[in-house]
Amino acid sequence: MDSTGSVLRFTLIMCAITSLLLAGLFYSTKERAKQNEAIFNKRAILSAVSTYLDENPKEMSDERVLEIFDNQVEQTVLNMDGKEVDADAVKAAGHKGGRAEDIDMKKEKKKPEEDRLLPMFIFNSDSKKFYIVSVRGNGLWDEIWGNIAIESDFNTVAGATFDHVAETPGLGAEIKDNPAFKAQFSDLKLYDDDGDYVSITVRKGGAKDQDHEVDGISGATVTCDGVTEMLDRGIKYYEPYFAKLRGTTTSKPVGLLSK
Amino acid sequence: MAEETVKEPQVSTSEPLFGKKERKLISDPLTDNNPITIQVLGICSALAVTTLVYPSVVMAIAVVFVCAFANLFTSLLRNSIPKQVRMIVQLVIIATLVTVVELVLKAFNFNVYKELSVFIGLIITNCIVMGRLEAFAMANKPWRSFLDGVGNGLGYGAILIIVALIREIFGKGTLFAGSPIAMNIIGADNITTSYWINTAAESGIGTWFSWYANNNLMVLPAAAMFIIGILIWIQRSRNPKLVDIS
Repeated sequence: MDSTGSVLRFTLIMCAITSLLLAGLFYSTKERAKQNEAIFNKRAILSAVSTYLDENPKEMSDERVLEIFDNQVEQTVLNMDGKEVDADAVKAAGHKGGRAEDIDMKKEKKKPEEDRLLPMFIFNSDSKKFYIVSVRGNGLWDEIWGNIAIESDFNTVAGATFDHVAETPGLGAEIKDNPAFKAQFSDLKLYDDDGDYVSITVRKGGAKDQDHEVDGISGATVTCDGVTEMLDRGIKYYEPYFAKLRGTTTSKPVGLLSK
Repeated sequence: MAEETVKEPQVSTSEPLFGKKERKLISDPLTDNNPITIQVLGICSALAVTTLVYPSVVMAIAVVFVCAFANLFTSLLRNSIPKQVRMIVQLVIIATLVTVVELVLKAFNFNVYKELSVFIGLIITNCIVMGRLEAFAMANKPWRSFLDGVGNGLGYGAILIIVALIREIFGKGTLFAGSPIAMNIIGADNITTSYWINTAAESGIGTWFSWYANNNLMVLPAAAMFIIGILIWIQRSRNPKLVDIS
């Protein structure tokens, strides 16, 4: 048996060495890791408008992603009233950097609805403008989120991408992995003919309404319902902003606004 | 001749670098003492990460690295580690190495880091690593312990890759999806959706297999269990002396 003193000495020295080593490694790779994360998110945002890019964002080089993002994407942060928020307010809300790309949706989701900040990315293709909104909700096992590109009529969906923390591979994870699921979102409408907000529904057993529904994934009902709920609630948050840009007040009072 | 007489005393004082015993340390875990199929360790991650081949390859390399260096460091320290805190010291060594792997992947291969997510961290709890430290590194010299770690990591990795090959090709109809074409395991600055085989491809060899419908069972962890079960069955039926071991 070793004495208590020698045990303590050994463990202390050991802990000191390992923690110094790891701290050093962490700080030397921190910048790169952060950059990787940022590129990963930007790639996901660009994927929502992939049909309007000359190259699939998944196959782009990191530099190209950053280049497109710098040159063709404007970003602003909105509050729940659709007003633009300046960088200081965003920083004050706990997002270092203060830009839309710095917003941590996970943090925002935990806040009460009326205090949330919304990132907005405006993608300028050669001829058209696309408004890319970020939504976040719950899947079966953990959170799911997505980026939805909306055309400048604020009604037609141009594309969508989804991601998740831990949905079942082959079932719920198909929202991210299966290109056919995402492809269905192109050209869907958010509003019906009367101008009422209907959002997009993931329909179990196949889409019935060609303008507002997509086919569900069999075996992934809870994830699909999560996507429906996330889209319905998440896109609605952006309505005041869209109404402002459209130059009219919202045709119908919606959700939070009517409170 | 003169050279040999000079070498002779050196060999007698130190063990050969790659003698018969050393080679056995590497080859045994690959065959008759495989950590997965014979010792049935490390099953959790083997079921979870084997949906695609490329992440499995990275996982295998990570485990070889952790296992080999954990063995090496434990063996170097084996005479000074206080007996009362033996396991905790081993755990600190493993955890440090795993964190190194995690940080390196995060910085240099972010997509695979995302793909493997929590399972990199869970190498810490992989029974293979801890098992080798307790059973081998605490009682053997550094070089041999290192080889033992490499061998066991490879044994684990080999099964991982076999299972992943079967699962990816039948479950997703692809092979090496997501890997950079050059197969840069670390340092890949660009992920692509390149495949070696892709049954959903619109041109090339992939179109020959366009009739194939993906088997969704293969994507689920249960399929990995069936495949590992079948591997165990094959191995034991070919080598009856293994049957009584466990």
